[in-house]
Amino acid sequence: MFADYTMAELTSIFAMQGFAGLILFSVFVLMALGLAIIFGQMGVINMAHGEFMILGAYVTYLTSNVFSSYLPESLYGSYFFIAMILAFFVTGALGALVEWSVIRHLYKRPLDTLLATWGLSLIMQQLYRSIFGAREVGVTLPDWLMGSYAITDLIEVPINGIFVMILTIIITVAVALMMQKSRLGKQTRAVVQNRPMAAAVGINTEKVDRLTFALGCGIAGIAGSAFTMVGSTGPTAGQLYIVDTFLVVVFGGASSLIGTVASAFTISQAQSTMEFFLSGSMAKVLTLLTVVIILMLRPEGLFSLKMRR
Amino acid sequence: MFELSDYGVAYGQSDVIRDLNLSVGKNEIVAILGRNGMGKTTLMKSLIGMIPSKAGTVTLNGKDLSDLKSHERVSAGVGFVPQGRMIFSTMTVSENIETGLTSTGEKKIPTDLYSLFPVLDEMKHRRGGNLSGGQQQQLAIARALASNPSVLLLDEPTEGIQPSIIKEMARTLKQIRTQRNVTIIVSEQVLSFALDMADRILVIEKGKIVLDVPVEEADQQTITKYLSV
Ligand SMILES: Nc1ncnc2c1ncn2[C@@H]1O[C@H](COP(=O)(O)OP(=O)(O)OP(=O)(O)O)[C@@H](O)[C@H]1O
Ligand SMILES: [Mg+2]
Repeated sequence: MFADYTMAELTSIFAMQGFAGLILFSVFVLMALGLAIIFGQMGVINMAHGEFMILGAYVTYLTSNVFSSYLPESLYGSYFFIAMILAFFVTGALGALVEWSVIRHLYKRPLDTLLATWGLSLIMQQLYRSIFGAREVGVTLPDWLMGSYAITDLIEVPINGIFVMILTIIITVAVALMMQKSRLGKQTRAVVQNRPMAAAVGINTEKVDRLTFALGCGIAGIAGSAFTMVGSTGPTAGQLYIVDTFLVVVFGGASSLIGTVASAFTISQAQSTMEFFLSGSMAKVLTLLTVVIILMLRPEGLFSLKMRR
Repeated sequence: MFELSDYGVAYGQSDVIRDLNLSVGKNEIVAILGRNGMGKTTLMKSLIGMIPSKAGTVTLNGKDLSDLKSHERVSAGVGFVPQGRMIFSTMTVSENIETGLTSTGEKKIPTDLYSLFPVLDEMKHRRGGNLSGGQQQQLAIARALASNPSVLLLDEPTEGIQPSIIKEMARTLKQIRTQRNVTIIVSEQVLSFALDMADRILVIEKGKIVLDVPVEEADQQTITKYLSV
C-alpha cells in the first residue's frame, strides 16, 4: 500500500495524519479522563458520557450563536473560552444532578448503573433531537483559529488542531495536579482505596462521589467544546466516540493517568495513520485487534501501579 | 462523657453485642479485653458507624451519635484506629495524615503530631504501604488524631507488634491522653499492655461485659482465665 508514494510524500503523509490524529487524541484524552475518573472513583461505567460531551458541544454552539448575534464582532474571537467554561459548568451541574437523583441509589449494582446510564444516554439523545433538531450543527471558527501553519512545503498543521492540543495538555496537567495536590484529590484517592475507612477518618464520601462525578462530566463537556472544532454536532455524535473511549480507558489501565494518555495517543495515532491508507472500518478492526492482543498479554492495561498492599 | 446504653449490634439475625451498658469518663483509658471472635471489632466498627447498631444508644458529651454517619461521628469527636491499621497504602505518609484533617478544615498537619511520632516525620514522603507494621500503626494513630477527637477508639493496636514497641506504644498513648485530653477506649488481647496503660479493665465475652474493674483491683489470674480458651 506504500508503493504508490515517494519517500518524501510518505513522510509528510505520516506527519500530517499524525497531526490530524492529535486532534482525535485530544478528544480521546479528555473523554477518557472523565470516564476513568468516574470509573475509578465509584466503579460506575457512564454509558451517557458521549452525550455529556455532546451537551458541551451544544453549549459551545449556543455560546457562539449568542456571540455572533448579540455581541460586537470584535469579541467573537474570544467566544471559545467563555463557551468552554460554560460547557464545563453546565455538564458538571447536570452530572451532579444525575448522580444525586439516580446513580447514588445504584452503587454496588454495576449492571443497574450500566442500564441506567444507557437509558440516560437515550433520553439525552432524544432531548437533543427535540430541542436542536436532528440536523447536525456546526460553529464558525473565529479567524485566529482558521488556516494552517506550514512547517515544510508538504507538511501543514491546522491551527485549531494545535490549539485543541495545547488545551488538552493544560487540562490534563491541571487534573493531574488536582488529584495529587488538592484536598478533593486526596480525599478522592482515599475513597478509591478504602471507602469505609475514608469515611471513618472523617471524609464525606457521598459528597466526594458527587463532586467526582460532576468533575468527570465537566471534563466531558470541555471535550465537547474541543469537538466542535473538528466535527459537527448532532444528537447521536457522542455514540461514535464512546466505544473508542472505553477502549482507551481499558487499554490504558483505568487507574493511571499516564496510561490513559499513552493509550489515547497510541489508539488515535494508529487509527488516523491507517485511515489514510485503508478504509475507516478496516483501520478500526486493526486497532481493536492490536488492543485485544496486548490486553491478552497485559490484562491489567498498559500501566498499573505496583504496590505492597 | 462517652456512654453506651442497652447497646446491641447484630449481623442479620445473629446478635454479636447485646445489652451493653458502659460509661467512660473524661480522660479515662479503658481497655476492653476478650478472646478472638468475642465481638471487639464488631463493637468498635459500630461505634464509628461502619456497621449499624441494632439497639440502644451511644452518646458523646450528651450528643446522640446513633443515627450519624461515620464522617459525622468524626466531626462530633470520635477517632478510630482499626484492627489491621487500614492505612491508604498508595498514598504518602503525610497524605494519609491529611485525610484525617478533613473534618477540622485545617490544611497543615499540626507539628505536635509529628513530635509524637518522629518516625513519621522522617518518612513523610514515603508511601504508606511501604512502612513496617509498627510504623503503620503509628500512622493510623496519627491519622485518627488529626481530626482532634475527644474519644479515641483503638482496635487491637498491638496485633503483630513486638513487645518492646508495645511498651513504647503504651507510653505514647498515655502521653496523648494527657497532652490532648483524649478519652481512650482500646480493645486488646495482650493483658500486660492493658494493665500497663489502662485505668480500667473490661472483659467482654459473647457480646456481654463480664468484668469491669479499676486497674488497681484487676486480678491477673481471673482475667487470664477469661482470655484463655
Ligand atoms: N461481616 C460479618 N458477618 C457475619 N458475622 C460476622 C461478621 N464479622 C464478624 N462476624 C462474627 O461476629 C463475631 C465477632 O467478631 P469480631 O470480629 O467482632 O471479633 P473480635 O473480638 O474482634 O475477634 P478478634 O480478636 O479475632 O479480632 C464472630 O463470631 C464473627 O464470626
Ligand atoms: Mg477484632
